[in-house]
Amino acid sequence: MILTDPAVWLPITFMGLMGLSMLIYAILDGYDLGVGILLLGADEHQKDIMIGSIGPFWDANETWLVLGVGLLLVAFPAAHGIILTNLYLPVTVMIFGLIMRGVAFDFRAKARVQHKIAWNKAFFAGSIIASVSQGYMLGSYILGFPHSLTGTAFSLLVGCCVAAGYTLIGACWLIMKTTDELQKKAVFWAKTALWITSLGIVLVSITTPFVSPRIFTKWFSFPHVLMLLPIPLFTGMMILSLELLLRRLPKADDSLNWLPFSIVIGIFILCFHGLAYSFFPYIVPNKLTIFEAASAPESLLIILYGAIVVLPILIGYTILIYRIFRGKATALSYGSWH
Amino acid sequence: MSSLDPFVLARIQFAANISFHILFPTITIALGWILFFFKVRFHQTKDENWLKLFFFWTKIFALCFALGVVSGVTMSFQFGTNWPGFMESVGNIAGPLLAYEVLTAFFLEASFLAIMLFGFKLVKPWVHTLATFLVAAGTSLSAFWILVLNSWMHTPQGFEMIDGQAHAVSWFDIIFNPSMPYRLSHMLLASGLTAAFFIAGISAFQALKGRKSPLIALGSRTGLCIAAVLIPLQILMGDLHGLNTLEHQPAKVAAMEANWETQGNVPLVLFAIPDEQARTNHYAIEVPNVASLILTHSADGELPGLNDFKGEHPPVAPVFFAFRIMVGMGMLMLLVSWIGAWHVLRKKPLPRPLLWVLVPMTFSGWVATIAGWYVTEIGRQPWLVYGVLKVEDAVADHSAAIMASTLTGYLAVYGFLLIAFVSTLFYMADNIDAKPLEASQR
Repeated sequence: MILTDPAVWLPITFMGLMGLSMLIYAILDGYDLGVGILLLGADEHQKDIMIGSIGPFWDANETWLVLGVGLLLVAFPAAHGIILTNLYLPVTVMIFGLIMRGVAFDFRAKARVQHKIAWNKAFFAGSIIASVSQGYMLGSYILGFPHSLTGTAFSLLVGCCVAAGYTLIGACWLIMKTTDELQKKAVFWAKTALWITSLGIVLVSITTPFVSPRIFTKWFSFPHVLMLLPIPLFTGMMILSLELLLRRLPKADDSLNWLPFSIVIGIFILCFHGLAYSFFPYIVPNKLTIFEAASAPESLLIILYGAIVVLPILIGYTILIYRIFRGKATALSYGSWH
Repeated sequence: MSSLDPFVLARIQFAANISFHILFPTITIALGWILFFFKVRFHQTKDENWLKLFFFWTKIFALCFALGVVSGVTMSFQFGTNWPGFMESVGNIAGPLLAYEVLTAFFLEASFLAIMLFGFKLVKPWVHTLATFLVAAGTSLSAFWILVLNSWMHTPQGFEMIDGQAHAVSWFDIIFNPSMPYRLSHMLLASGLTAAFFIAGISAFQALKGRKSPLIALGSRTGLCIAAVLIPLQILMGDLHGLNTLEHQPAKVAAMEANWETQGNVPLVLFAIPDEQARTNHYAIEVPNVASLILTHSADGELPGLNDFKGEHPPVAPVFFAFRIMVGMGMLMLLVSWIGAWHVLRKKPLPRPLLWVLVPMTFSGWVATIAGWYVTEIGRQPWLVYGVLKVEDAVADHSAAIMASTLTGYLAVYGFLLIAFVSTLFYMADNIDAKPLEASQR
């Protein structure tokens, strides 16, 4: 492989961009999907605050999914076709989930008061459906789209783990954005979700090499095993430190409220690296590499030019929005004039 | 072809999705600019009613925006799940255009929408107005990229085919393909008319219900004046777009006019039942020479007939009727908006019969826009990319059972959402006099 060859470095670059979008998506929409799942355990007033905490962000968060899938579509069209036709049903289910929560978010504030409870339920249901189906897709992808009962069971397992992971990051978001009773609740939620998430990470890590011989070789052959070792090591350390931290939260002066969220981002990044390491250079596991699936170089270049110009601006104004809406959340109201 | 053919089901599914989707961008593209106008008027006049009007319509904008986003996300996945052949064949062209839409428009509108909706007290006034501007610019930019791609699918150029895949040769030629300027202008004007009648219709509903808010008169004035200005422009643009279509897609124009034989002195068919088997029109009501006059600007001008494109032309009846619905709606818009604007200019209150007409006209833009898209999209059949890729060659291989069940799901969801949207819309309109505190909690 010669790195100066556009047919080599362009696919790698786009793999990186796509991976980055998916990772940002998992973190950002992860926390707002998680908050949606946690609505189940909140009272009506707390629901307003919880939804208020994600209100200014959820729409842009979801756009990272469109970018991720869009990059898959534009950079690796052949893989896009194979992956999405194989995932037809879970994708459809996820879309129904995303539709439900997206519209519920707006309808709940505008519809008749007696309908608000139903829209809140739709928001919860949509969130959990979208989360589980995303995890299901990940599981199915890891296995290379099997059509067997074990495959479905494994995919469902990953689905639950991803939902737990989203719940964890959602709870940590709430620790940062809320106060008093709700914050205490969020700490409890985070503790519970951390257990399920950790269990999920362990299960997926054990199962993955055994269902895929290629990944087994990649993980356990020498010297690869040494390169891989830091990932589970650091993940374990982070989970442990998060557990210890959560036992001491919330503090009387509300210090460190941002730390759980940051640690979970770290855990997400490490898990993502584990997956990326396992699959590279395949984009369709065992079938198609990124080099075989890539679009024509002239098309990738024109996107890359655009991305180089636009991405810094985009990240800039995303940070701006997070700065404007920093601090503790309140039940949102449209900027009123009185 | 049985009615449960997965191919037919896939087409119905995409038609359902895209029809549902376009309802909401059609409103938001222009409503974004109208909101910006309200905000600017507030800065100019310091009249708080402009600001209140801004916030009332902002809520409706947010609702439309959310519905547009969720149905748009659906489509971004459906390209892959249902039509993999599309990206495999022309992905090198469509991909970058879609990527530019996401990068330059989606993030921009989604991010600054947050400031526009919730940031009024958190940022300086000019930042809030700038955010409103950027949201409007984002929706228009999004429309630009998607219309570029759609126009390229109608009038493709600037590429070469290598091993069954399109490769870009000139991005300038791809972006500025022959039908793009017409199609984009036609769509932007359609959006302006949709939003204008939307506002005028809701305001008329509020007036009829006896609501007292000063925003109502302000809203209906704005809506009617915008409509009255845009409709003649739209009729002119529609004519130019038709001439452009005649040049590049003659079979579509032949279907629009239900003209079977290539001939001169073609009459304008006001009504008929086109019969593709007998290749003639039944019960035709015609005005002699007018079709020739409109399309060639000469009374005996020769127009292409469907029989020149046997087996390669679109289904005639849907295109023919959809075209008449669109044009009919345009004429109705002209009449109603000019009568309304005449009252506004004379500073008279709108008479009740006019209000009664305006309420059902709330959604006249939707009807015209959907009909117009059906003309142009069905008119492109059997091609997906005109002359390059046929629809049947792009479809995914799913079973009829799966396609039928997901289609049922989509139709149920869309039907439900449409009812929820319309009922919430009129509920909000009805409560304009209520204290905004309760209604605006979210």
